Amino acid sequence: MKSEVQAMKLVYKRPEALVDIPDHYCPGCGHGIIHKLLAGVIDELEIRERTILVAPVGCSVLAYNYLAVDGCEAAHGRAPAVATGLKRARRQAVVIAYQGDGDLLAIGTGEAIHAANRGEKITVVFVNNAIYGMTGGQMAPTSLQGQKTKTSPYGRNPAEAGYPIRACELLDTLQAPVYIERCAVNNVRNILKTKKAIKKGLENQVQGKGYSFIEILSMCPTGWGMKPPQAAAWIDQAMIPVFPLGLFRDR
Amino acid sequence: MSETILMKGNEAIAEAALIAGCRFYFAYPITPQNEVAAYMAARMPQVEGTFLQAESEVAAINMVFGASAAGGRAMTSSSSPGISLKQEGISYLSGAELPAVVVNIMRGGPGLGNIAGAQGDYFQATKGGGHGDYHVIVLAPASVQEMADLTIEAFDLADRYRIVTMILGDGFLGQMSEPLVLPRSSGKSFDKSGWCLSGAKGRPPHLIASLRLSPEHALEEVNLRLQAKYREIEGREMRFDTYRMEDAQVMLVGFGTCARICRAVVNHLRQEGMRVGLFRPITLWPFPGAQLAQAALGVKRILVVEMNAGQMVEDVKLSLLNGGGERVDFYGKMAGILPDIEEIKQRVRDYEK
Repeated sequence: MKSEVQAMKLVYKRPEALVDIPDHYCPGCGHGIIHKLLAGVIDELEIRERTILVAPVGCSVLAYNYLAVDGCEAAHGRAPAVATGLKRARRQAVVIAYQGDGDLLAIGTGEAIHAANRGEKITVVFVNNAIYGMTGGQMAPTSLQGQKTKTSPYGRNPAEAGYPIRACELLDTLQAPVYIERCAVNNVRNILKTKKAIKKGLENQVQGKGYSFIEILSMCPTGWGMKPPQAAAWIDQAMIPVFPLGLFRDR
Repeated sequence: MSETILMKGNEAIAEAALIAGCRFYFAYPITPQNEVAAYMAARMPQVEGTFLQAESEVAAINMVFGASAAGGRAMTSSSSPGISLKQEGISYLSGAELPAVVVNIMRGGPGLGNIAGAQGDYFQATKGGGHGDYHVIVLAPASVQEMADLTIEAFDLADRYRIVTMILGDGFLGQMSEPLVLPRSSGKSFDKSGWCLSGAKGRPPHLIASLRLSPEHALEEVNLRLQAKYREIEGREMRFDTYRMEDAQVMLVGFGTCARICRAVVNHLRQEGMRVGLFRPITLWPFPGAQLAQAALGVKRILVVEMNAGQMVEDVKLSLLNGGGERVDFYGKMAGILPDIEEIKQRVRDYEK
């Protein structure tokens, strides 16, 4: 028995950058998956000891509790500005701004666009779940047409509330960003693609190339009022037609 | 270094910040403080520092937050409407106990107001300004020399107490050119390695945050620690100046530009044989109330002169709660208008009637 164990090859272990404590996320939420992907990539690139994670206001505000890296909170929407200050003062650090849709596309649109436009050498991980999860399910700038939320109880009406904003397409009009990709974490294939995208985004920063942006479509079963499998299917059925997956830019 | 040169107030602040070792400056254009940014834009590259024209006042203060979290000496400057926008960030800096220097070259308000010098932001600066129970140290220079000297001090105070220090000037001081001798660096150094963000190499991760949800009393403990720090600052860092107070029967009280005007009033009235002196708070928070009460012993009348509708006068009255508050009179001009020296003199002469 003992020799059998010794003969076995280690093919998987928990990422060292992922802290071994229970998280606060709801069942079926995508944040846990994304945190683990981030931790795995941080391990693979051996950058844990120089990574600084900027956590936003939103469900992932406590992200720094789950990743064994230096952490910094930012006021709502200000993660790209805080990340800018950190990176300018610590040029060898790998700075990740982790943001949700309300943070990046509503209260922090200005910071998001200008950090990208300056080509700040940071990596932005944008988690798009089309809703404000933490505050209990209000309409987000990425909520879909007709999507029912606490603040769009009759469905998002474009005549009143406009249309969902597409972050990748918006940033793709700027000159400075070096990498823009949209992924999803609703099935294994998409999760593996997301990991590759995160890795690319962090490698770009390690190489000093410039601003990288990874948008990740993610499930919010609680906010959407769905069971986790339904939520995963809703990304395919409803979100991806509005937010097509793919690589927008890789320089 | 001891050469006397001519400099604008705004530029004196910028050069002194560089002397103090500030290497991260973020700001958004607004009159009447634009010379600070222009000076930094020219000088920062020469010292391998960062000058960044931010997309907004809000972004600028949050860039300061990031650079300070990383352990750098960081500063932003603005004028009244812009400082209002920065209040969110100042509250977060205070909650996270990050050092930073914020310069407010005040202009007339409320709203967009005008671009002349004013002192209408005294309440905002000294009572907190943003949300939550916090204070920033407020330094009020009254000359170009002092704008430079107090900037050096502002960085040391910010680092020593891990607090936001504000330099509260006004458009007249910012635009004024005066001779000055550039100050030297204080030479003080502050070890930030125990808390700043540099990557968790050979140590547990550091966290810069103001959110305290658990354990149950975490936020209360932070608040109690902040209040203890504020009491310590009140005990140690009060600064003030007096002028010809020895035998004064009338005490003028003014800060910044108003203190300059009051000095002239004192000189003129002394020539008329009147016993008038000046008490000038240099720290507006902590307010040197005990020292003011001491200076007011034996004084018959106290005239507070401000470029607002009467803000510091409240702190003067609070300082005299043990008696003598009824001696306090107020003279103010709003809307970026300078107090009239003749009107102030006449007010003081009338006390003798």
